[in-house]
Amino acid sequence: MASLDSISSAGASAGVTARPGVFARLLRNKSALIGGSIVLVFVLMALLAPILPLADPFKSNFLAIRKPPSELYWFGTDELGRDQVSRLFFGAQASLLAGIVSVLIAVAIGLPFGLIAGWYGGWIDIVISRVTEALLACPFLILAIAFAAVLGPSLTNAMIAIGLSAVPIFIRLIRGQVMSVKAEDFVEGARAVGARDARLMFCHVLPNTLSPIVVQSTLFMAQAIILEAALSFLGLGQQPPAPSWGQMLNVAKNFMEQAPWMSVAPGICIFLAVLGFNLLGDGLRDALDPKEN
Amino acid sequence: MATLILRRILIAIPTLFLVSLFVFALQRALPGDPFLVIAGEERDAEVIARLREIYRMDDPIFVQFFAWLGQVVQGDFGRSLRTGEPVLNLILQKLPVTIQLATASILVAIAIGIPIGILAARRKGTVVDYSASAVALSGLSIPNFWFGIMLILLVSVHLKWLPASGYESIFVDPWEAIQRLIMPAFVLGNGLAAFLMRHTRSAMLEVLRSDYVRTARAKGLDEDTVIHRHALRNALVPIITLTTLLFGELLAGAVLTEQVFTIPGFGKLIVDAVFNRDYGVVQGVVLCTAIGFILMNLLADVLYILVNPRLRTG
Repeated sequence: MASLDSISSAGASAGVTARPGVFARLLRNKSALIGGSIVLVFVLMALLAPILPLADPFKSNFLAIRKPPSELYWFGTDELGRDQVSRLFFGAQASLLAGIVSVLIAVAIGLPFGLIAGWYGGWIDIVISRVTEALLACPFLILAIAFAAVLGPSLTNAMIAIGLSAVPIFIRLIRGQVMSVKAEDFVEGARAVGARDARLMFCHVLPNTLSPIVVQSTLFMAQAIILEAALSFLGLGQQPPAPSWGQMLNVAKNFMEQAPWMSVAPGICIFLAVLGFNLLGDGLRDALDPKEN
Repeated sequence: MATLILRRILIAIPTLFLVSLFVFALQRALPGDPFLVIAGEERDAEVIARLREIYRMDDPIFVQFFAWLGQVVQGDFGRSLRTGEPVLNLILQKLPVTIQLATASILVAIAIGIPIGILAARRKGTVVDYSASAVALSGLSIPNFWFGIMLILLVSVHLKWLPASGYESIFVDPWEAIQRLIMPAFVLGNGLAAFLMRHTRSAMLEVLRSDYVRTARAKGLDEDTVIHRHALRNALVPIITLTTLLFGELLAGAVLTEQVFTIPGFGKLIVDAVFNRDYGVVQGVVLCTAIGFILMNLLADVLYILVNPRLRTG
């Protein structure tokens, strides 16, 4: 690192503008800033939900059934008199958790398979690529529904279903990255000085494939939040009385005429969270892509 | 060209085989004994034993797989565990409903996405371009089931302009069908329009930078002629193939749209089957969807070869 730093400073002193770090580039990127701020708000909502003086999201109040928005209930109450604000805050936990866990599942399975397929090539690559193609042949939501049908309806199973259905996307992405990085000179150099396959894969190739994985993971968070909401909306995700934005919409659609406010806030939350992750993903892609700078 | 198309078809065969293996594995991984569902409330041991024999459950697993695959190849996708009706019949009954919705949605997506994409490319870096990009990003981020609910609230509940739900075939009562189709088609087409807009914009920008467009301008042609006669024709080539690839998105989106607007289509069939634990239908629908998706990919490849002169002659 010291030598790299000295090269960089030497370049700067020779009149070449030093390339700013990833974080500095992220801070300069409007898309990343707006997206990151939106995501931060939702993370805070999820983390602070148990600490803030909110109404109990599970406790029914039969004297406040389907109350419209007011000073007491900012976003109104639901069909059991529960405060919508409180349920939105706790619902943020379910949505963000679904995003994080499904990304972790997809990366944990996709990474080793993508790495092996890209590194070794040959028949291993053919087998893994054909299986990946077969799984990609099924639309995402239908695959998630099929997994959810096998596993049974619950938030945990929805997260597993979403994660599993994203595995082929990550395998394909990582395989492609590994194939391009393994042809680089520095990998050949490391091999020439006697580095073995495992060292080459984990110490030289993998770190150089992380940028697109981070970008794809951020963009997939957006998709995972929509998918969790969709599965919960269909009744295959979070089960009542536990709150999630999709499950709140599932109930709200039965009271569209009597209590329209029940549908508005959960949908806006899903929209903003997805928009936030999409903007952050786009910004990350720009900041991490050397060609952009 | 024929060799290229034949090669694409040959590549699709192992994928189809693996999809069928995956669906078969999924069926075997399902919780509980499906024969208890078929046998009904009495759960007669003789009936269950007979069913196990019919479905060759006592044979080795690979024998079961190839026996099942043989049936699938002959068009037998199994039967509904609830009604006993062949799954293929159920799918064929529901498919026209979803095809009607999907066609209308594609038309909406093309009508909105392509002109806005062209406009954004022509006015690159202006307010029009930024606004179009913001609208496209919003279109990609909005959950279509919520968008559907909001449209029902506004257009049906408050304004009372259109019916909130239901389905009518365009061949039976065209006016009624269009009225019931406008909102779901707009909901389903909205996300696709955003997708098409982004791709049209980047395809147009690439074409507008090319030498032959510069030559056309240098010849003194007016900008509309350059755009419509020269640039658009070439920019649309990747867009046409891309549209065929939207099939998967359409089917997935239809599951939710049909649920919101109570449309008795393909998407509602799979959701109802999951809730009725009718695994035969779930399996059949997943397999049919995957086959349809592979065929659409194949069609996209063939279309690309047909519209690309370099591949056509090479």
